[in-house]
Amino acid sequence: MRVLKKSFIFLLCLILTFGCFVLTAGAEDEYFTDEQIEYYKNLGLQGTSVNVYNWGDYISDGSDGSMDVVSEFERLTGANVNYTNFESNENMYSKLVGGGVSYDVITPSDYMIQRLIDENMLLEINWDNVPNEALIADEYKNLFFDPEQKYSLCFNSCSTVLIYNTALVDEEVTSWEVLWDEQYRDKVLMFNNSRDAFAIAQAVLGQDFNTTDEQDWIEAAELLAEQKDAVNPVYVMDEVFNLMESGEYAFATYYAGDYELMVENNEDLDYCFPEEGVNIFYDAFCIPTCAQNKAGAEAFINFMHEPQVAFENTEYIYYACPNTEVMEDEESSVYGSEAVYPEELPNPQYFENLPQNILELQATLWTSVKSGNLSVKSAKMNERIYIEFSVLIGITVIGVGAKLISDKRKSKFEDLSDLYVK
Amino acid sequence: MNNTKLSFSSKIYIALIIFFLYAPIVVMALFSFNSTPSTYIFSEFSTKWWSEMLHNSAAMQALKSTILLAVVSAVVSTVMGTLAAVGIYNYTNKRLKSVVMSVTNIPMMNPEIVTGISMMLLFVFSAHLLNKANALNFWSLLIAHVTFCLPYVILNVLPKLRQFDINIYEAAVDLGCKPVNAFFKVVMPNITSGIITGLVMSFTLSLDDFIISYFTSGPSFQTLPIYIFSLTKKRVKPDMYALSTLMFVVILVLLILLNVAQNKAQKGKSEKK
Repeated sequence: MRVLKKSFIFLLCLILTFGCFVLTAGAEDEYFTDEQIEYYKNLGLQGTSVNVYNWGDYISDGSDGSMDVVSEFERLTGANVNYTNFESNENMYSKLVGGGVSYDVITPSDYMIQRLIDENMLLEINWDNVPNEALIADEYKNLFFDPEQKYSLCFNSCSTVLIYNTALVDEEVTSWEVLWDEQYRDKVLMFNNSRDAFAIAQAVLGQDFNTTDEQDWIEAAELLAEQKDAVNPVYVMDEVFNLMESGEYAFATYYAGDYELMVENNEDLDYCFPEEGVNIFYDAFCIPTCAQNKAGAEAFINFMHEPQVAFENTEYIYYACPNTEVMEDEESSVYGSEAVYPEELPNPQYFENLPQNILELQATLWTSVKSGNLSVKSAKMNERIYIEFSVLIGITVIGVGAKLISDKRKSKFEDLSDLYVK
Repeated sequence: MNNTKLSFSSKIYIALIIFFLYAPIVVMALFSFNSTPSTYIFSEFSTKWWSEMLHNSAAMQALKSTILLAVVSAVVSTVMGTLAAVGIYNYTNKRLKSVVMSVTNIPMMNPEIVTGISMMLLFVFSAHLLNKANALNFWSLLIAHVTFCLPYVILNVLPKLRQFDINIYEAAVDLGCKPVNAFFKVVMPNITSGIITGLVMSFTLSLDDFIISYFTSGPSFQTLPIYIFSLTKKRVKPDMYALSTLMFVVILVLLILLNVAQNKAQKGKSEKK
């Protein structure tokens, strides 16, 4: 019992020291002017709660001495922010559609916003409550998914890019087709995300990324299956950082801002915007119809585009910020970066919302590509499933039957032996 | 059983098993002290990520939520499970007993995704009936966690009850003790080890549950596995390694303490004999 007591006291001391650590760790800098502080204090949001649903790791969170945006917002307005994360547009959409949730601010991508607008799931933003909308550059307003600028405000934008390791690649890289080159077998990383991966194949085939022709998608899937045969790519998302920085892989497809993050850790890396075309995406703030605190949502959106906050976010995320104050700020780490703010992109395309039959076809094709099943005809797959299933049932039936028969035989044998023993 | 027969090959086998079980954790702990975010090259020893971890407010909030949820659901499911086990033990109708036992086993046997989706649909539907806006919050998560922890507690306490000699309880009641007091003074000390095992198991299950939490969590409450899962577009920073190492060390210390306490209790019992 003394050991128990001693160890409990030890644990308690540990917890207390950690607690002190946490208390002393928060040395506050003042980021904001008095006017900004007054503005947020007078909004009357004290005591309310704002539910924010954002991508993972997509806001400056106080690490490395940066601003903890959520805490600063809570401090300035007095509101309580419930900050939760999602990892893909589709999962965010199913959470919204499933019901029973009330998010105030969401940050979907362009095609998902188009879908939400079409299905009347977004509220119109009152721009009087978001004065920082004036700071957004014109080329990021009235975008294709929200042409009247009623439902969304651009958060940031980026494009896909081909990253390569100059130590492993001697030739000059200008095209996506190098990802099909057999000399780079086992050294290629592809998007583990169906829309982005298909976009690469569609770019090589010269298709429109938003084609509704099913045959186009089947051809793109067959091209991806050829790539799997020729090069055996590894499908990754966030693992790409470690894998490219380690210098083991020759090519990766990822987003331009993340290239800037990677090149800081491995100087051999270089990028190229392939001539067949890349995809540009926009992530924007929206207010869904299930929001309970619209005023809080608008205040949060406004806060995210305060120059100091947008600057800190860009320093953390490294994607292109639509806020003119950040774009012109020379202190920004991505200022003048050709990857993040490219002058001209060859043949850029945008993702739009696709009809339901294409989405389902895309999902089936993606699973068959990743599983290595070259045949995309569903009848063949069904046949295989039926055959395998019936073989399994046959084996089970035979096994059980054999066991039953042998049990019966044993019990018959035992009955007879009883007779003899007596 | 000849105990000196722990041959060289069985020692190697044990060492291999322990290595495979703990190698990932050791590597993670090692790289949480790395100065760069790489998991391939260990450059310099630094405790940078440990202090970063405390500054990451989203992760800290998720950690607090996860631990709070785990503790509350462990306590609630242990209390409910113990009472349920006592009730099931006292059934005279055998058929009813087997039916209740099968029903108890369902949350354990069910695939987690089925449990998760069905609970989410239930909560949304009942919120719709009661005209509430927020169906998925801390309480929905708690109910879901208690549901899947309950069978484990019952399955841990029932065998202990069966081992217990019911005559002692009846003797206590005969001697004038009220049934409730008799339960707490006579039955409880004997089934305590089963209750503690059930408590620890529910705590662990609740702590690392992902699928059910993903479906039944709402905007106001996020657990740590969900937070880490959302990091798949950007990289998982090594402060997550530091956090996981910390959790591992705390749970290891707790388990060691538990073991030491149990050993002392057993020693005490055998010495008395």
